[in-house]
Amino acid sequence: MIVLNINGESRSVDVPDDMPLLWVLRDVIGLTGTKFGCGIAQCGACTVHLDGAAVRSCVLPVSAVGSKAVTTIEGVGASAVGKKVQQAWLDIEVVQCGYCQSGQIMSATALLAATPEPSDAEIDVAMSGNICRCGTYVRIREAIKQVATGQKVAPQTIPNVAPTASPAAAAAALLSFVRVEDMA
Amino acid sequence: MNARFGDPLGEGRPDNPSRREALKLGGLVVAFLWLGGGAKVLGRAVAQGPVAAGDPAFAPNAFIRVGADGSVHLVMPSIEMGQGAYTGQATLLAEEMDLGLDQIVVEHAPANRKLYANPLLGEQATGGSTTIRYCWTTMRQAGAAARTLLVNAAAAKWKVDPAQCTVARGVIRHEASGRTVGYGEVANAAAQLPVPEKVQEKDPSAFALIGKPLRRVDTAGKVDGSLQFGIDLRVPDMKIATVKACPTFGGKLVAVDDSRARQVPGFVAVLKIADAVAVVGEHFWAAKQAMEALDITWDHGPNAHYSTEQLFKDLAEASKNGTPIPGKAVGNVDGVKGKALEATYQLPLLAHATLEPQNAIVHVRPDGCDIWTGTQVPARCVDVAAKLTGLKPETIVVHNQYMGGGFGRRLFEDPVEQAVAFARQVSYPLKVVWTREEDIAHDRFRPAYYDRIAATLGDDGKPLAWTHRITSGSVLATFAPGAMAKNGMDSDAIECAADLPYEFPNVKVEWVRHDPPDGLHLGWWRGVGPVHNVFVIESFIDELAHAANKDPLAYRRDLLQKNPRALAVLNLAAEKAGWGKGSLPARVGRGVAVAAPFGSYLCVIVEAEVSPQGEVKLRRAVAAVDCGVAVNPNTVEAQIQGGLIFGWTTALYNGITLKNGTVQQHNFNDYRMMRINETPALEVHLVDSKETPGGIGETGTVMAFPALFNAVFAATGVRLRSYPIDRAALVQGAEALKAVVTQASDHGQAQEGKV
Repeated sequence: MIVLNINGESRSVDVPDDMPLLWVLRDVIGLTGTKFGCGIAQCGACTVHLDGAAVRSCVLPVSAVGSKAVTTIEGVGASAVGKKVQQAWLDIEVVQCGYCQSGQIMSATALLAATPEPSDAEIDVAMSGNICRCGTYVRIREAIKQVATGQKVAPQTIPNVAPTASPAAAAAALLSFVRVEDMA
Repeated sequence: MNARFGDPLGEGRPDNPSRREALKLGGLVVAFLWLGGGAKVLGRAVAQGPVAAGDPAFAPNAFIRVGADGSVHLVMPSIEMGQGAYTGQATLLAEEMDLGLDQIVVEHAPANRKLYANPLLGEQATGGSTTIRYCWTTMRQAGAAARTLLVNAAAAKWKVDPAQCTVARGVIRHEASGRTVGYGEVANAAAQLPVPEKVQEKDPSAFALIGKPLRRVDTAGKVDGSLQFGIDLRVPDMKIATVKACPTFGGKLVAVDDSRARQVPGFVAVLKIADAVAVVGEHFWAAKQAMEALDITWDHGPNAHYSTEQLFKDLAEASKNGTPIPGKAVGNVDGVKGKALEATYQLPLLAHATLEPQNAIVHVRPDGCDIWTGTQVPARCVDVAAKLTGLKPETIVVHNQYMGGGFGRRLFEDPVEQAVAFARQVSYPLKVVWTREEDIAHDRFRPAYYDRIAATLGDDGKPLAWTHRITSGSVLATFAPGAMAKNGMDSDAIECAADLPYEFPNVKVEWVRHDPPDGLHLGWWRGVGPVHNVFVIESFIDELAHAANKDPLAYRRDLLQKNPRALAVLNLAAEKAGWGKGSLPARVGRGVAVAAPFGSYLCVIVEAEVSPQGEVKLRRAVAAVDCGVAVNPNTVEAQIQGGLIFGWTTALYNGITLKNGTVQQHNFNDYRMMRINETPALEVHLVDSKETPGGIGETGTVMAFPALFNAVFAATGVRLRSYPIDRAALVQGAEALKAVVTQASDHGQAQEGKV
């Protein structure tokens, strides 16, 4: 039996030592938010946190996890940074098909937790291991900037909730943003 | 649509409006017409038959279910693969029903051609950038019909004129008396009323949702891992398999030695079909480990020596000696005097590489079959399962799922067919998951193309004659054989080539069909016909501008004087990009492309830098888009951004090659994807348009190629006529350039002075 600490819960699993953490999460424990894309650490869809650091779970043998805290997309919203990242992703509508976005959000959260105000180069380094086949990179960059600066850096979407604010206030909120290009 | 091309398609076919409309829409649209018919929007008959949302109180058509509790479920005829279709369709329905998007629940449609066929395709299919184009009428009519009935029921209850009632967020109000009632409370009564024959859609001035950047209905569950894709589903008692098909296309399975595989912990079984083997495990890892431990003997079959070199040799041969089928003829291109240019372009096979690999869960029982998968063609999945199992179609249920990308790959049900073939050998539900390597090796590839294109320029530099001969295999011929024209023409092959945005006095466009050997399957790929043709046309227009000594943007502007929408996007992009203003550093260039694919008008300008070593870096891009009414401008922008990156990825890195009948690419290490650090600053500008919506999901990809290659030419003076980009041809230095230009004649080279 291997004991894992996943999203703050202790889980015992009876699996081969060399089984990658990805398949333990998906096929044994049933946490399917972490995705399979390539199996060779090329796409980043399987990204999880190990003690807060982003790692590719498709090539991480479960026996190498040890007592480190595993955080998955299902648990990342429990941290303040993770929650902000998820919200920014929705506010400016980063997501298209969404299959890579678990991994993108895990990488972005690890970056912002360690480096609250990353430079463009730091964003590139931290995020270039995550492929998005739909091509949402422009908005990923904007969403990370939005979390880092607290400023609305791209046009915001209108949330699908019952209206409370006045239409005028809602319209004003939509128009008050600065483009990433203008911030440099 | 010109007569020469249109007539053969029209002969002997019912002349219904949707067909005539579809003929204007191009290849994938025409592909499905042979199946005939589309969903009837109005009328009680439509509400009968299986529905997705249980037994609602009010179901006036196939798309709307209102419960007595006030819940509103909307059934989505077009599937969601990232393109925003669910939000677009829901917006159109909710707009006419006067609901907020927060008040509705969207549902995957069951497989049912009668209820959910796309009227432009005549099939229950999502593709060809058609969703908003057909839903613009269909969904608004459906929503307006539902609203009319609900209001009529309330008005009858109150004994007032329905015209005196208003609706806001699903609450009907009689203005004079102030009485209000919710949709749910009148749902049962509304269900008793006759469905009106025709209803009036909202005037655009009253739109509350259409045109607003509303948040998508599917994304909340995509940022916290809770939304399930097909690959995420777990059904009771299922086992998990991975598969390996014969690596040589057209080959067969001979024998399997599983003695080592049986030692793998978690191994369950080995299953065989004619051309593939599956290993079943307790989890994917066991199945994959055991697969790697199998000793498989293949019969590599008749294509064991086939290669990409052979493919292009055959295409070139067919282009020269094959029988061309006329696509368009205006005037006479022969004997036109002037400055003559010609060039040859050749485009590679391409894989889709959806990030979610192919997968399906199939449970075959004596009395029926359940299929859980994400598919663009649910009804076709039923067809193949019925054929393989002998079960009656009505006992086969497709549970469609959100898709981790489609791009045309999931218009092909071969992974489901294969999964059924394995699953019928076992009693438990079988989840089949392809590895990335399997997904790339056994894709349905975008065809390779060999184009010879020529023009004769008058003294003013404008083309007097334009000749374009396309040579390729046909996707349509296998996908929907009945949609091929009587003269053998494949409308997809010439889409955007036969209907140029420019007007030339003499035009000849033709197609030579040359299919690859049996077993090498071709497929629809994001951008379909236009993604090939617009690259060739807009690259060659650039060559003509250069030959005429004209600025490439000004040259196009001159040629588009009779095409106001194309001209408008050209001018808008030029203004936003600052075309012609300021000076660019050495080896930095701007390229422009303009086209009108899928009923929309686009101009894209790319600024690219080419390093002395030949590496291409995108610095900036500007897109101007007129897609008619933008139902959700945020989605339109996203599709253009993503579509461009999809195209640039291929332009920079991709091409499927074959050696010994086997695909040489394996995974994202050798079938590379563009990454965030390579993504340029990207602006999308929408034209405020009142025109009927055009398609958008594939348009960015179509524009990406020529805009980038024209920028590379502007930066280096090197014209590339194939992709992925040949870095060796772009290395700085006169000697190196001279050498690579000589080599480039292998791929095609513009030659002045002869046609």
